[in-house]
Amino acid sequence: MSIVDLAATSLRELNAALHALPPDTNDTQWTVRNPRGQHAIAVGIDAPIAVEIDGHVGYYCAGMNQQASVRINGNAGVGLAENMMSGEVRVTGDASQAAGATAHGGTLVIGGNASARCGISLKGADIIVQGNVGHMSAFMAQAGNLVVLGDAGEALGDSIYEAHLYVRGKVASLGADCIEKEMTDAHKAELAALLAKAGVNANGKGSLDPGDFRRYGSARQLYHFKIDNVSAY
Amino acid sequence: MDKPGQAPHTTPRPSATFDAYSLSEIRRAAATGLYDIRGGGAKRKVPHFDDLLFLGASISRYPLEGYREKCATNVTLGTRFAKKPIELAIPITIAGMSFGSLSAQAKEALGRGASAMGTSTTTGDGGMTQEERGHSDLLVYQLLPSRYGMNPDDLRKADAIEVVVGQGAKPGGGGMLLGQKISARVAEMRTLPEGIDQRSACRHPDWTGPDDLEIKIQELREITDWEKPVYIKVGASRPYYDTALAVKAGADVVVLDGMQGGTAATQEVFIENVGLPILAAIRPAVQALQDLGMHRQVQLVVSGGIRNGADVAKALAMGADCVSIGSAALHALGDNDPALEAEYQKLGTTAGAYDDWHEGRDPAGITTQDPALAARLDPVAAGRRLANYLAVLTLEAQTIARACGKSHVHNLEPEDLVALTVEAAAMAQVPLAGTNWVPGKGGF
Repeated sequence: MSIVDLAATSLRELNAALHALPPDTNDTQWTVRNPRGQHAIAVGIDAPIAVEIDGHVGYYCAGMNQQASVRINGNAGVGLAENMMSGEVRVTGDASQAAGATAHGGTLVIGGNASARCGISLKGADIIVQGNVGHMSAFMAQAGNLVVLGDAGEALGDSIYEAHLYVRGKVASLGADCIEKEMTDAHKAELAALLAKAGVNANGKGSLDPGDFRRYGSARQLYHFKIDNVSAY
Repeated sequence: MDKPGQAPHTTPRPSATFDAYSLSEIRRAAATGLYDIRGGGAKRKVPHFDDLLFLGASISRYPLEGYREKCATNVTLGTRFAKKPIELAIPITIAGMSFGSLSAQAKEALGRGASAMGTSTTTGDGGMTQEERGHSDLLVYQLLPSRYGMNPDDLRKADAIEVVVGQGAKPGGGGMLLGQKISARVAEMRTLPEGIDQRSACRHPDWTGPDDLEIKIQELREITDWEKPVYIKVGASRPYYDTALAVKAGADVVVLDGMQGGTAATQEVFIENVGLPILAAIRPAVQALQDLGMHRQVQLVVSGGIRNGADVAKALAMGADCVSIGSAALHALGDNDPALEAEYQKLGTTAGAYDDWHEGRDPAGITTQDPALAARLDPVAAGRRLANYLAVLTLEAQTIARACGKSHVHNLEPEDLVALTVEAAAMAQVPLAGTNWVPGKGGF
């Protein structure tokens, strides 16, 4: 196991060491201490390793992650796991704006709440938020899944493309071209798999019931410009 | 002549305000209910490099021998923070243009032509294709608001990273690629359904404002181990402040694009009415760099309406380190060639005016995703034409620089220039020709 104390080691040294790992590295367990809200911690990793960060992190933690499992025992700043390609990122606390922005793959699990624009321009990753998400979440989301166990803020899924949204609580309002859709058995199965992958349950009361969620997605009315839709633009 | 028995009439008088173009646009708008979308940059006449002249050498200035004495053209971009700055042989780069807006053949041709001349090409909204990476010795990878195709593998393959805040054709607007050009491959690269109208975001998804941008750039540098130059591209709107803020945010290079700079597709009203001509933007940007003590430390690349070596030389004389070309490069490949006039006529236009690039029916095979049309463009021959054109631009800029007594094109300076119009004198901050008057200077 490698332990890096960011009170004594520079961020640049930490990231360079993580980037230098060969694909078949045996050095697979990393612990980062004293992150103290620094930005860009553990970004650009491309190795099947586990990184545990003890404390709060700043912007873009685990940005563009590939393969790695990154766990943050604390809260995360803006752009957590932005543009992630694969692997898994977990934060035990809350995440600030634009969590999982543009992420192409992998899984992002947020233990607390996520702020505005969670999953903005999502491109294929799975995001599971155990608390609430802020306004404009899943804005222009193209592919992937956003699962919210709590409530969603205003304009959920505005201008959404083909991403799937599942919300268990209240939705303050839906954005342009986002509608509620039928929760079919296939969608329930998809959601159950997402919840199982995230390892989340109903506050220790057993597994969550996918039937308690509602599904939202694109009405596909804005896919081609029509003058009759002009009020939506 | 008035006919017998009729009251005399004056000659029919068309309105200067409601001219033929304005009237045709009113009719088109009334018929369709849609705004006009087109490609290219501003077509209206604006003050430009044509309004400037070089003074050349005289009794008080000593020229260099045109065919004997060296006039260097190399430029290094990214000297501020990057471990691996980009070394260009000529101060002319190829601007960002996407696969999607352009055919794969056109992207390959751009790479071939630029590489032959020792300069770089740039990706666009839609990610990096293997063809352009393979054919570009130096490739700048754009980070755009849409993040289509953005991935860390390509980021690491790039020679530089360009954070696109805006472009000259549409400062404040996002990209647009209409359904005709969203082929299966383009759709896959952008993670979008095939055939839909695609509108790229106009704001980045994970940062707002210069303080965030500074952190975003830090992340990009950390991901790539501080190797690559990071450019920030802005459309010319508030060039003094945008340049200063780009420097503050940690840019190695500022790319400044005037309103004549082209786009693949945007509203005509946007192209013609938003942003500054490049002539008006260079001096404020240079002033910002000088005020911060960063001129030549952070390099300035300017674009928007560069056509010939004189334009290159004038941009450099005003303080830029390098220029970038997009529309001119497409013309060099064969865009709007009069040899295709019959086909342009079928599209309701004429060679030189064809700008419906968003429709994907380009008879030259450049701004299209139609396989049959794209196959018309021979990437090797088109790349050769681009290399020839870049060579001419360079030779022309050197010719002027030598006439001004400069052993490097970067030694050109505002003192070498005068303006033909009061407007150009004010914008370029050089004297009106034959006077020592710089409008706005000296209290009047």
